[in-house]
Order: sequence, then C-alpha cells, then structure tokens
Amino acid sequence: MVNLVTLTIDDEQVTVPEGTLIVDAAKKIGIDVPVFCYHPKMEPVGMCRMCLVEIGRPAIDRASGEVILNPDGSPKISFSPKLETACTTPVSEGMVVIGMSDKVKAGREDIVEFLLTSHPLDCPICDKGGECPLQNLTMGFGPGESRYIYDEKIRLAKNVPLGELIFLDRERCIQCARCVRFQDEIVDDPVIGFYQRGRSLEIATFSEPGFDSYYSGNTTDICPVGALTTAEFRFGARPWELNAAASICAQCPVGCNLTFNIRREAKSGGNWAIKRVMPRQHEAVNEIWICDKGRFAHHYTETQARITQPLVRKNGELTPVPWKEALLLVSGRFREAGNGLMTLASGRLSNEDLFNLSQLTNGLGGKNVLYSHMGGGDLVAQVGVAPGTNFADLGPESAIVVVASDLQEEAPIWWLRIKQAAERGAALVVLNPRPTRLDKFARHVVRYAYGSETAAVLAMINTLSVKRPDLPESVRALARSAELESAAKSVAGAENVIILFGSEGIGLEASSALAQACANLLVITDHVGRPNNGLIGVWQRANDQGAWDMGFAPVQDLSEVMSAARALYIVAADPAGDDPNLAETGDFLVVQELFLTDTAKLADVVLPALAYTEREGSFTSGERRIQRFYPALPARPECEADYAIAGEIGSLLGIEMEARIASIVMARLAASVPGYMDDTGAPLSYTKLSQVVEQWPIIGRDDLYYGGTTYENSQGLGVQLAPAAQRGEPLPLNWHAPSAVQVPEEGLLAVPITRLYDRGQTVMPSRLLHQRIPQPYVAMNPVDAGRLGILDGATIELSWGGSISFLTVRLDETVPASILLVPRSMGVPLYQPQVVEVRQVERQAA
Amino acid sequence: MSQYILLRHRETADLHKLEGYRQQDGFQAFHKVVTSMQPDAVTEIVKASGLRGRGGAGFPTGMKWAFVDRKNWPHYVVANADESEPGTFKDREIMERNPFQFLEGVAIAAYAVGAHSAYVYLRGEFWQLAHQLDQRIAEMRSAGLLGENLFGTDYSLRIYTHLGAGAYICGEETALLESLEGKLGQPRLRPPFPPSFGLYGKPTVVNNVETLANVPLIIANGAEWYRSYGTEKSPGTKIFSLSGCVNRPGNYELPLGATFRELIYDYGGGIPGERAIKAILPAGASSSLIVATEQALDTPMDYESVPNVGASLGSASIIVIDETVSIPWLINKTIHFFKHESCGKCTPCREGTYWMQHLTDRIANHQATWEDVELLEDVAGQIKGKCLCALGEFSIEAVLSGIERFQSDFESATAVQPAASNPQPVEASS
Amino acid sequence: MNLLAEKYPEEIQSVLAKYPPDQKRSAVMPLLYLAQRENGYVTRQSMQEIAEILDISTTDVGSIIGFYTLYYDKPGGRYRIQVCTDLPCALRGADTFLENLCENLGLRVGGTTSDGLVTVENVMCLAACDHAPMFQVQTGDGLAYHENQTPETALRYIESLRKLEP
Repeated sequence: MVNLVTLTIDDEQVTVPEGTLIVDAAKKIGIDVPVFCYHPKMEPVGMCRMCLVEIGRPAIDRASGEVILNPDGSPKISFSPKLETACTTPVSEGMVVIGMSDKVKAGREDIVEFLLTSHPLDCPICDKGGECPLQNLTMGFGPGESRYIYDEKIRLAKNVPLGELIFLDRERCIQCARCVRFQDEIVDDPVIGFYQRGRSLEIATFSEPGFDSYYSGNTTDICPVGALTTAEFRFGARPWELNAAASICAQCPVGCNLTFNIRREAKSGGNWAIKRVMPRQHEAVNEIWICDKGRFAHHYTETQARITQPLVRKNGELTPVPWKEALLLVSGRFREAGNGLMTLASGRLSNEDLFNLSQLTNGLGGKNVLYSHMGGGDLVAQVGVAPGTNFADLGPESAIVVVASDLQEEAPIWWLRIKQAAERGAALVVLNPRPTRLDKFARHVVRYAYGSETAAVLAMINTLSVKRPDLPESVRALARSAELESAAKSVAGAENVIILFGSEGIGLEASSALAQACANLLVITDHVGRPNNGLIGVWQRANDQGAWDMGFAPVQDLSEVMSAARALYIVAADPAGDDPNLAETGDFLVVQELFLTDTAKLADVVLPALAYTEREGSFTSGERRIQRFYPALPARPECEADYAIAGEIGSLLGIEMEARIASIVMARLAASVPGYMDDTGAPLSYTKLSQVVEQWPIIGRDDLYYGGTTYENSQGLGVQLAPAAQRGEPLPLNWHAPSAVQVPEEGLLAVPITRLYDRGQTVMPSRLLHQRIPQPYVAMNPVDAGRLGILDGATIELSWGGSISFLTVRLDETVPASILLVPRSMGVPLYQPQVVEVRQVERQAA
Repeated sequence: MSQYILLRHRETADLHKLEGYRQQDGFQAFHKVVTSMQPDAVTEIVKASGLRGRGGAGFPTGMKWAFVDRKNWPHYVVANADESEPGTFKDREIMERNPFQFLEGVAIAAYAVGAHSAYVYLRGEFWQLAHQLDQRIAEMRSAGLLGENLFGTDYSLRIYTHLGAGAYICGEETALLESLEGKLGQPRLRPPFPPSFGLYGKPTVVNNVETLANVPLIIANGAEWYRSYGTEKSPGTKIFSLSGCVNRPGNYELPLGATFRELIYDYGGGIPGERAIKAILPAGASSSLIVATEQALDTPMDYESVPNVGASLGSASIIVIDETVSIPWLINKTIHFFKHESCGKCTPCREGTYWMQHLTDRIANHQATWEDVELLEDVAGQIKGKCLCALGEFSIEAVLSGIERFQSDFESATAVQPAASNPQPVEASS
Repeated sequence: MNLLAEKYPEEIQSVLAKYPPDQKRSAVMPLLYLAQRENGYVTRQSMQEIAEILDISTTDVGSIIGFYTLYYDKPGGRYRIQVCTDLPCALRGADTFLENLCENLGLRVGGTTSDGLVTVENVMCLAACDHAPMFQVQTGDGLAYHENQTPETALRYIESLRKLEP
C-alpha cells in the first residue's frame, strides 16, 4: 500500500505517492519546473541547480511535536531561507512549494546566466537548435542578457568523435551528466565519463572502439544541449524542417516504437529521405529508449540496390515487364501448381502480408513455410504473456527466466528492461552454456553444456518434484546442483514468472523442444494465462510471432520440402544467399523482395515489394503485442506492398482477398485468426491499435527539457493479445524426452549464436554501422586453439558435410571447451550444432 | 596541568614511538573502552565533553557518533586527513609527531560505533606520512592493539590508510567517501548524511584528524576534565595554524577562546617589520576577511565569538594580512584556488569561480573598472546559497567581505593609476 | 597479458586486501600510483590493466586520472617540482621564488628542462604554509616535501638530482 502525500505547488493542491520528487509532483499537475540534469528515468543528482524553488514545511513545536497553527487555524508554514532543488527534494505532507516568486525567478536567471557564460551560443549551426532545452529554458527563464565578456568565453574542441557514431561538441556541454549517468545507471555500459574537473570537466571515452555501447544514440536524445549528436543527423537538417512518421522497429522481436524523421531535400535528388530514427514512447515496450541497431540500421530501405520493377526471365535473362504481365504469369503458374505451391516467407513481413500470403496459399491447398530455424511460436500463442504484461511492473514478487539467449545481442531493449527488473528485486534466472552480460544481474546462473538446454529446464521441473521427467546423462550432475535447485525454487515460489527462450547454439528441433519444456515449467508451476506470466520467444526477426499466428511454421527439412514444391513463392527471404544447399528453384520460382538477392537471381519472376517504411501494416512482437506502423516515405511508383501483391495474385485466381486497403486486411485477419481480438473480445482493428492512454513520464511535448527528444506516442500503443491459456483453451503439456546433443570426445562442435551487428541484408547497407559489423569470424577457447596450434586472428577453414567456410578466429576464454561459436548471418550456413573440422590456412598477419 | 592535549610531543620525548607513547599511558583508554565499556557509554562521554568537529563545521562529535544507524551494518569510521585548506597544517603535525594518539582516537571511535574497519584518508601529497602511518599501524598490529579479538574480547579492528591524489574537494566528507570508493571526488547530495549512508552506502562516521586526537584523553581523564579547557560552548583546546604576515608562523595549541591578539602577537611574535595588521582570515582561504580592528583582535577565538566580527572560526587557520597586502590581489589568489579546486559538479561553483577568476584577474592587474567590481560582487551573490556543497559557498566569503570591508583597495585597483602593489615577501623563518 | 598484475602481484594483493571484496573499485587510486611508478605517468595499457584487475571500465579508470592532479596520462620530467603559490605561501614570497627558479632553469611554469630531468609546476596548498616557500617533488615512486626554500637551495637540490643520473 502506497502512502499518499498532499502538498501545495503554486497554490494548487496535488496528492502523490510518498517519495515523489517535487519536480515530478509539479509535472503531474502541469506545472513546469525547469531542469537540465534531472531526468525522470534516472536518479536525481541536483547538479545543474536550475530547478530551484522556495519550499515551506509546516512548523513543528519542538516541545510538543505538534504542528504550530496560525490564528486562522491553518498550519504555520516555515520557509527555508535558501532556495532548494525541486529535483532532489521528496514531497512531504503539508509542504508548500513556490515556483513563481521573484526570488525563484531571480535564482533561475542566475543559473541560466552562469550556464551561458561558457556556452558558445552557436544555435544557428547547432543540430539541437529548435528542440533544445537550453534554448527553450533560456527563453523561458533566462535573464535576457549576459554580462559576460564574449572574448573571455572558454574555447574548446567542437568536433570530438566519441567513436564514429556519436560526436561531442565540448563548448556546448553543460556538464549535466545525463549521458554519463544513462550509460552507467540505465545500461551498465560506463564507457563515457567525466575527465578533468571544474570548468575543464569534459566528456571522454576510453573504450575501444570509442563509446562502445549498443545504446549510445539515446544519449543524444537526453542531452539537453547540442553537445552530443549522432554522426547521422549531425549537420543533416534542422528539426523544424522534419516530418515525423510513427513506426515500429523491424530489427528484432521487441517491437520498439519509433518515429522516422523525414525531409524532402535537394541532396536526395528532391526525394524524401529518412534523416534520423527517434524513439517513440511506449512504457510497456521500449519506454523511451531504442538500441543503436534500431537507430542506425535503417538504410537498407533506401538503398540504390532496391528492385524497382517486376522482372520475368526471358531467354535466360531477368527482363523488366509490366505488372499485369508478371501477375498473369504468376497466377497462371500457381494455378497449375495447385497444392504444389509452397510459400516461404519470413518474419520481416507484416501480419497483413503474411495473412494474405497464407490466404493465397491456402486457397490453392499449398503449403506455408516460415523461413526461420527456431520453433515454439505455436506454444507462445498458447502460453504467452497475457495482456497487461509490462517488465516495468516486475519486482521482488517476480521471477524471470532467460534460457539459451545472449539477450543483449538478440534483443537489447529486453536485456535492458530485464536488468532493471532484476535491480528492482525480481529473481533473474539465466540458463546459458556460456557467460553473457545478463549474468551480472542474475540471482541464479545455471550453466549447461551446449545441446542440453531442454534437459536443463526439465531438470528444474524434476527438482520441484511435481513431475519427474527422465533426464539424459548429460544433466544428471547439473540436476543435483544447488544452483539449479534454488533457481527452480525461485521460479516455483514467485507470484509472476516470465520465461524467455532463445536460440543460442540450437536449431529448429532443439528450440521446439526447449519451448515445450519451458511451457511445461510454466504450466506445472501455474504461471500461465495471467499478466506478467508466460512464455516469450526471442525470435530472430521482428514479426516471427505474427508469422506463426498467421499459420506459418518452419520445417526441419527445408531443402526437401522446397524440392518437392511445384511452384515456390519466396517472400522476404534469401535461402540461396544464406545456404548454397537451398538454391532450389523447383519448376517455377517467384521471389518477392526489396533487393535482387541470390535467390531472386535464380527466379523466374521477381516482384518488387515496398519497404515497410513506404506503406502501413502491423507487427506482432515477442510479447504478442500487435502494433501498427505507418508510411514514412512515399511509395515507390513501381513497387507494391507484399499484402497487395499477394492479394492481386489471389484475385486473379478467384480467391476472395483484399488487395488494397491494409485496414481491411486487418479486419479480415482479425475475423479469422484465433486470438486476434482486443480485451473486450472484439476483433482487432486499426482504430483499436491506434488508441493511446496518457503515459508517465510525460515525454515529447513542448517540455523537451524534461524527458528529451523522444517522441510522444499519439499513434497507438497497440494491443497485447490474450494467449490461448487465458481464453480457456487446454494447456499444451507435452513430455517428449529430450535428445541431448553430445559434444564429441574429439573434434569440435560448432554452434550458431546471434550477434546484434551481423552481416544480414537489413544491417549491411547501414551507412553508420560498418565499423562495428565484424568480418566473418568464429570464436573458440584459447586452450582448444593452443591444442590445434591456431593463433588469434588466424584464418581457418571450417568444414562439415560438403560445406566449407573461411573465417577469422577470435580467441575467447568464455567459450566452453570443444565448442566453436559461429555467429549467424555471417555467411556460414550453420543452423544447428554440427561436428566440424578446422584447419588453419593462414597465420595471423604479424 | 599540561599545556597540551594534542601537541604533547612538544614536551614529551619519543611520543611518536609506540613505546614512548605507551609510557605516557598510551592505549590505556582504548584498552579500557574495549574491555570494560559499552560502546554507547563511550559515545556518551564524548557527548558530555562537548567536543566539536575540528575540521571546520564544529558539529558536536558525540552527536555524530550517536546518529550512526544501528539498523544497518557494517559501520565504518573514516578519518579525514585530507588537510587541504590554504593556511591549515595542523593535522600533518599531529600525524607526524603524535601519530599514536590520533590512531588511538580512531580506534576508540571505531569501537564506539561498532566499526571493524577504519580508513585514514590522507591527501595524496602526504605520501611519506602515509607510509609512516602504515608502519605505525603495523606496529600496533604486532603489539596486539589492532587485529582480531583485541584484549581477549570479541572486538576486532583494522585501520587502513588511503591516499588521495590532489583534490581539495575531497576534504568535503561525501566527496571523500566517493573518492575512497574509487570514484571522482564529487560531493553527494545530502541528506542522507554519512551516519546513515556513508562509505559503500553503510553508516559511517567521518571525523577530522584533530577531532579524533582529542578522544583518548577525554576517555582517560573524563568529560569534566576536558570541559575545564576552553569556553562553555566551545570546550577544549584547538590547534591554531598561524601563517601569512607574522614573525613566527606555526601551530599553536590554545584553549578555545584565546584572542586573536594573543595568538598573533604573544605567540606569533607580531608582524614582521612592525608593520600594521590589516586583516585576518580565521579559516584559511574559505574565510571572510576580518578587519583587524582593536576590537577584532580582542575577540575570543571560539565558535560563538568569531561570527561577531563577521567570520567563522572554521578550521582555525589564521592567515595574517598586513598593511602592504592589496585585498584585490588577495582575493585573486583565493579565487584561483577555488576555481582550480571546483569539482565541476554544480553550475554556480563551476561557472561562477571561472567567471570570478576572469574578473579578479583584471581587477588585481589594474585592468578593470569599478563596474567590474560591482559585477564581481553580483556574481558572488549569484553563487551564494545555490551550490551543492560548501566549496562554492566558501569561494565567495573573501570576495564579498573584501569588497564590503576594504572598498578603498578596490577603488585604488580600478583607478587609472595603480595604487597598490603586491606584498613584500617576509623572511622565511623555521 | 596483464603486465601490471604480473609485475606487482604482492603489491596488488595487499592493496586489494584493504577493501571489502565486493568493493574492489576502491583500489583504483592506489593502483594508479603503482602504474605510475614505471614511467611517471599512466599509459593507456596500464589503464586497461587496472580496469581488468578491478572489473571496471577503462573509462572509469581514465576519469580518475583526469580528476586528480597527481595522476598523469602524459610523460613529464623525471622529477616534478611542484611549488605552492597559494595565499599563505605567496605572502611569504612563493611567487617570487617560483619566478626565480624558472628563470634560473630557463623554463616557464609547467615546462621541463631540456634533459627531461625536471618539470616545474605551480600547485595549490600543500599544508606547509608555515615553512614557505616550499615545494614537493613527485617522482614515479614517491613524493617528498622541501620546505623553507630559496632559489639557491632549490637549484642545489636540482644539481644533486642531476648527479644521480646515470
């Protein structure tokens, strides 16, 4: 039970929970207390002294301890002689705060004048100009003139790269430490800090590469001046020239809410261009943060490499044709293929696209296949987290289990929010075969051998004595360990439990088994069908969960299934590029894509799709929150939305489909896909997805000084879908015995892992991240390397079956013995653990 | 009755040696409290003695010990040996010449608040002194005065030294704790105060070296004995560090309440060359300037009386200013100091000291107008009451009092013709 | 390879022993002094090694060097002669002393003699106000006070340092 406190701020009464800071209490009733260093997401520090107010408290009689009363019976208020900082002072009962007196006004003028003595006032060339807290608060609270002699102004470096992504202008910095505190407190990457002291205080980084953090861009949003700017937006445009379009990040299953800032400009040939990507507030998803991949990897949507018209193979050459010709050809061949049509699509697509694709395929009796190597989406639909789930609500009564996931690499914002939940007291259980950055915040760290993930989860169930599944030999010792037992007890004893499962080191079969084991654990401990309870898949693509929900599922033997198809319709996937063994064209191959991928080059027909930034649609996140994205850029004239292309083909085949209006596709989808309804049971609609409620803290209005330049969310918070378990459907208990992969006695086991910055199609075209994207590599233990005579940095040949790859070796002590870590999307077609052979072909260049 | 409580080494040989100190009943008090007294009873005696913090703030020491949060463990004692105030050099003499009395004070304080680890935070420049103290601490350990199960009880104590590295701000107790934790020496927000949230977030007593050095004799001789020195509200003796324009600079231990005149003329031998005294800074560079009138010279140096002449006793670092010294030159010196030592955390101190330095540079070099003096006064006024810690507030004391009380110096400095010059150096005396 | 850890295992252990095991960061200042022994300043390599020993970021270590004046991230003279010219010392002629000393050595405040032996710096109060003019001498492995100085005594001292040179 939270105690409430009533106080008066500028003659207005407000009642807030005990412990609230005056600055926030004022905000709640619309009173702006100006701040620079304070940020509602961080601990107060009281550094800038801008938030000075007069504070009075009821006078207490020392002898009796009673409140002294005025003659009229009101409590006598005694005011402190000094101004106090509203950002560091918690409210107390009967407090009287004055923020509008002459004394306060003078105090704030003093602080602004001080700040401006060292500030270059180069607003006309500053990227922050127009959305700058210092500019705004100077207008609102400054003295209007300075008595400082301009020639005595401190001159400092204005072009300091803190790494290649973020630049520092030392003159503009007002030493508020928001950036330093964000990196330390919020994301635990203390890679920027203060250097020197006093007026010489400056932001510096000593990391390699500079400002080495996946979250660095956020510091530019909360910087209250133009000191920190991104390499992307620096001198790129003025904020007031930009249009804003609401969107959802397409890089991972978190579903961070974004705003694309766009402008039509001469240097883009008179076209509209994305000038920057900004976070958009969603307190239950990404709060006000996004990761650098989301911010800096969007360029693939705008590259010159885009396909701009339909292509049909004529005389062996892909030749541009009118849409009508291409569609007639495709529909004719699909009709011939009938139930021999196989549609292979990826979670890069929206729900609308996937729904229409499945309608088309199902209409012919064909087969829908998800291009993914991870299973369990069906189980997430059944025992996923229920509506109202928010990591921010998890605290001491909750447990979070993360299994087989290097979460910061796979979903950086989930990592951040789970770290914070652990810091609030949630019991974090991390099961992974090697250390990850989540371990530091975990209450229990359970190490299992690669291949034993399912067995490790079953061992937890075993420990709880509710059900005793048979355990393979590989986890017998682990099953008896105190760590596993206490982890299991934390889970069983918690009121709320969320389990996130990933694909660290495993492929489709193992991840399906793992998902089932996790579902079992949730079901037997009664942690399903409620908010803040359930299963989350750490998918490799933004809308993998939506794809599962639309009826797509991956297949184990993709190559065979593809060979068996009479017509292949591959959408937003490049199997041939990923794996030469999948260069399967069948009788007729249609590829629908943004780029002329390796697969597209083999196609009979290539259909140019619109990028998701050029159309509307929706994604379903790993937490099964369905969220809308809106068109940011004008549609390219000869490209079409994926759902529209599928709809056109379907119409030509006489299948009843909507080909034009995305909202109608959504309506049809909601009418037929189980669970795609809102909390009242009504089918989902774009209107429903666009609804918002007021969020705290208040962000992105005309008070940029408070929360930063993150956009306010006025375009929709989306709808979190109820899992089947909540809808009263039977629970999916299933006790397949796990088949643990054995690490070979001799030789090496290569396992796939995920790195945030990979060499995939949606990352490589980034104009900013190229220095952080590694060359293809493999990580191995120095002991194994020593045994094999392999040096750090050497080039090796990695081979199994008929597959051969050449990779650079990175020695890493955290890699378990006999294991090779092979990052996904780096050119090695490794989708599940493989015994491999390794041969050094070139020693490290000296 | 002996003249000294703190500077006993001046009349007792070998006090700096463990044996010598023990011959003077050294460590009897520590032995007594550990073997026969409840911790709270120790605190009660210190409370009753009226001992006040000698670092500058003058906060009652016993009260500080009593504030230590008994619900949160472990507790720590930290001795503030960061002595960095210009004009202060008393703690150094205690630690060099009477180290065991200080260390015994640390040990008694630790016992009183239930601490098993105590740190002595020395300014980095006290490098040699720190190594000396390390040896003394090792000797104490060998003699069974530190370590596990002391005197056969279950009380254990370790004392460690920790060297700073050149930052005046670390004399501020919360900045000191930050520094001891391996961070930038920037002050914390207060509250919470160290007795509830100190080192590593645990309840901590931070006491000045001189304060702690008083403790063994208070325990040995009782509160009443201690109160027989000094005044009612400022009991005990105090080491006055005397420097500046005076014949015999140095440390003088006098009862609180001795007058400026006694210190400067009787003990310090007066002003070189029989020059006239002009001003007194009673608390080092952090002081307001006292106009050295006859009445001011006769003011008792205690916590209550010094404010009557417009200053605070602070750390009792008495810098004597004679008639040859230009006050604009003087405040230019102090402002350079504070600008150099500002940690940069809060705006008014960081920007204000930097701005004041530009102004005092021009004023002291006769390149300023009277408007600059008025602006300086304004800027100092703008800093006042807005800083995160006391450093910024200290920086303006000499400025505001200087302009108010020595206006003619500033008039001369801003006149067309230079009227004052830098002071003539006095001969160094040992 | 952590050179610092290999070279000073005992010193590092005894430093770490001073602080609670979960508060290793406290050891950053003593370890910086240790790192400075070698060259009189802290190399980038040493910063990384300290960070590794204490499990903090290199930036955390670098920040400390920047904040505290007795740490250096750039080389200076083998002996740093640091003269206090704060108010009490200045009242006893420290400014003139420093000026004379620099003149005699043919350098400006902050400068280093051409043989790299001595850097003369101007520092803040050293708590020796009653023995001004005075300076401290900082070398890689220590710090010592020299009080009641004249330019002559200081120059004689510097000569004696020069004689110690190989």
